[in-house]
Amino acid sequence: MVKHIIPNNLQEALNTLNAGPCHIMAGGTDLMIQKRNTAGTPPKFMKDVLYIANLEELNYVKKDGKRNCVLIGASSKLEDISHHPDVPNLLKDIIREIGSPGIRHSATLAGNIANASPAGDSLVALYLYDAEVVLSSVNGERVLPISKFITGVRRIDLRTNELIKEIIIPLLPVTKYKWVKVGGRRADSISKVSFAGLYLVNFGLVSDIRFAFGSVSAMVARSVELENSLKNRPIEQIIADLPRILDESNKLIAPIDDQRSNKVYRRKVATNIIESFINGIQ
Amino acid sequence: MNKIKFNLNGQDVSVELDPSLRLLDVLRDHFQLTGTKEGCGEGECGACSVLINGRVVNSCCFPLANANGKKILTIEGLAKTKRYQILKDAFHIEGGSQCGICTPGMIMAAESLLSMNPHPSDEEIRIGLSGNLCRCTGYNMIIKAVQKAAELGAGLW
Repeated sequence: MVKHIIPNNLQEALNTLNAGPCHIMAGGTDLMIQKRNTAGTPPKFMKDVLYIANLEELNYVKKDGKRNCVLIGASSKLEDISHHPDVPNLLKDIIREIGSPGIRHSATLAGNIANASPAGDSLVALYLYDAEVVLSSVNGERVLPISKFITGVRRIDLRTNELIKEIIIPLLPVTKYKWVKVGGRRADSISKVSFAGLYLVNFGLVSDIRFAFGSVSAMVARSVELENSLKNRPIEQIIADLPRILDESNKLIAPIDDQRSNKVYRRKVATNIIESFINGIQ
Repeated sequence: MNKIKFNLNGQDVSVELDPSLRLLDVLRDHFQLTGTKEGCGEGECGACSVLINGRVVNSCCFPLANANGKKILTIEGLAKTKRYQILKDAFHIEGGSQCGICTPGMIMAAESLLSMNPHPSDEEIRIGLSGNLCRCTGYNMIIKAVQKAAELGAGLW
C-alpha cells in the first residue's frame, strides 16, 4: 500500500524524498485528475505521495531587488501570484486565463512547470523571461534554466530526491507585450495555440524582442537566434523582414492533430498571430 | 493512517481516511454533505465548488490531505448564514436556478467572489463564475442574480 506523507516543513519533505521516490502533490489540479479513479475511491497512485501544498515555507512571492528578479515559492497559488505587484504583467495575464478561480486558488506555478504539458500556458512566459527553477534536495540545490529543466512532453530533469523549491523570474524592461490564447472556452480550456511576445524600443531601435509559441510543438517553441537577428534594428526594418520571420517561425513549430484541434488550423493561427505581433510593433 | 483535522462548516473535525481521497468524496460519503455535487469530476464544471479558507476551490481535484488545518465551507454551512438567504432570494427573483444541479456550486462561487469584491461589475461576475457550467444555459439570469444579491445584501459582504 502506498504511503501518504504530509510534512510539517521543507526539511521533512526533503528527508522523505531522500528515502524513496514519491509523487509530489501540490494543488492536485493535474495529478488528482491524471490518477483519477471511480467516485468514492482513492486515486490510483503506484508510488508514495508527498503533499507540499500547505508548506508555508514555500508559500511566497517576493522581489529580490539586488538580482532584479521575482522569486516564487513552490506552494504559492496561481491566484496569489496573479495579484502580486512585482510579477511581470505578461505572466499575470496568462495566469488569469489558466483554469478558473476554483483551480487558481489551489494550483501552483511549480505544478504547471512539473506537469510539463506542451499546452502549459505559464511556460510560454517563463521561457521568454529565461526563468530558472531551483531544485532542492538533502544534498543542496541545483538551479536550471526552464528550457533545460523541461526535457520533453511531460518530461523534466528532476531527480527522485528533489523537489521544485522556487522559480526565479528575472525582471525585464518591456515596452509592450502580447499574449494570445486560443481555446474552446474562455475559462478551463487547454490551449489549441498560444503565443507570447514582448519587445523594448529605445530611440526607435528595437533593443530587445522575444516571442514564443505554446501548444504547437512538444515544448515551448522559441528561437533566440531568430530574436537576435532582429535586435538593434529600426522597427520598419523588422516589419520589412516579416516574410523571413514567418518562414523561420513556421520551421520552429510542429503542430499535431489531436482532440482539441488540428495541425493545419494551428499552423495557420500561429502564423496569423506572429504576423500581427510583428506588424504591431511601435 | 494519518489523522487529518480541519474545520467543517464551523465545527472542528478529525478524520482517519486515505489522504488522497478527493475532498468531494469525503464530504459526500463520510459527512453526508450531498449538497456538493459531482459533475465532470475533472475541474471543468464547478458543481463541486466549496470554499477553503474563504476561497472557491473544486473539491473534485482537491486531495483530503490538503484540507489539513483549513476552514472548509460547503453549501450546507453557508445555508445557515444571512448571506445565503440573500443569495437564495436573488436566485429566486432572477430565475437563476433551473434544474438546480449547478446551483450549489454557483452559490459558492458567488459567495467567494462577493467576499473578495462586494460590488462586482458584470465582467467581474462572469470571471468569478467562469469555472461553473450551467447545462440549462441560464447564465444571464445567474449573472443578474449575483448582481441582485450584491444590491440586496449591500454591507453584508
